[in-house]
Amino acid sequence: MARTLILLFALAGTWLVWSGLYKPLLFGLGVLSVALTYWLCLRMGLLRREVFALDLVPRLLGFWASLVVDIVRSNLVVARIVLTPSLPISPTLVQLEPSLKGQVGRATLANSITLTPSTVTLDAHEGVFLVHCLTRDSACEIRDSDIGRRLRNALGDR
Amino acid sequence: MSWLDWVSAILGCLGGFFVLVGGIGALRMPDLYTRMHASSLTDTLGSMLILGALMLQGGASLETLKLCAIAIFLLFTSPVSAYALGNAAWLSGHRPLEWDPEREQDVAP
Amino acid sequence: MIFAGAIAAIAVTMLLALVRALAGPSVYDRVLAVNMFGTKTVLLLAAFAFVADRGDYLDLALAYALINFIGVLAVLEFFRQRRWGHVPQVADGSDMQPTPHANDRTEGDDSRASSP
Repeated sequence: MARTLILLFALAGTWLVWSGLYKPLLFGLGVLSVALTYWLCLRMGLLRREVFALDLVPRLLGFWASLVVDIVRSNLVVARIVLTPSLPISPTLVQLEPSLKGQVGRATLANSITLTPSTVTLDAHEGVFLVHCLTRDSACEIRDSDIGRRLRNALGDR
Repeated sequence: MSWLDWVSAILGCLGGFFVLVGGIGALRMPDLYTRMHASSLTDTLGSMLILGALMLQGGASLETLKLCAIAIFLLFTSPVSAYALGNAAWLSGHRPLEWDPEREQDVAP
Repeated sequence: MIFAGAIAAIAVTMLLALVRALAGPSVYDRVLAVNMFGTKTVLLLAAFAFVADRGDYLDLALAYALINFIGVLAVLEFFRQRRWGHVPQVADGSDMQPTPHANDRTEGDDSRASSP
């Protein structure tokens, strides 16, 4: 119930901020589109407890901060590789077996790995991540990285 | 120009640099999966620096809120579409080049 | 013109992405290039909103980001199934056969189905 109210208020607020014109016709359209979006969210199962998890956001803030550091560092590495005339890449495939068990945690981990340049998750089915790395060094780095442990500290078993 | 203008001009040029490097990388890299790394270069630091520079120009206004929405949306969707692309290519039998330490070069599997 | 450098870099990168989209060689390279082109369009629209002092371009940028994301996912799904919509899961005894998937195509013949 609380989740429904939060979603409806967020949708209505977004509409009001974005439209900027306050006339009866636009209010009517806003009510219609909020109702349509709410129906779609229900159909997609977005209101289930483990998916609609706003309480995770404050716990993830620390993880996101550490992710930003990772992203900036690997951006610089990849930029240097691209600008080196000899293009010193050594593409490597790595299999990772994350200790995270929850769906939200696995999805967040796979997306974090993909968001970092020089590592792309290719397959995340059946509990094993297949990660493509741009260089052998980045492969070693992601294998020894504590990104999974950091995420587990933030999320627990979610 | 005030100091805020200078800061946002510098951030904008830095972001433009990363975007350009990503574009060059997407052209130079030898196969699909390595090109995806270059493309994610433009999606992360390039986009965020440019949007940050624009936010400094927007100040505390509706424009900044919209730029935040764009930045968050890009940050959440770009790994999803990169994963969808990589996964679709992998499942369709596309195999990456792999580095052969003995021959010191990339070889097709 | 504070953002002249950024806009020039974005425009050049869009050109590079177009070259990659035309060069291919596989269909996934093209999708990657089109996706890059789309995100650069979002950035260009956002920067142009400030250069031209037209705040409504930011709404266009956001809408373009949405369309780009959905479009890339839809195109990938289309290449996975080679048809729109779901492949019908038929029980035995029916003569409805799903068409064979196009997943075993080789690199290079991406522009058409691999029929002789």
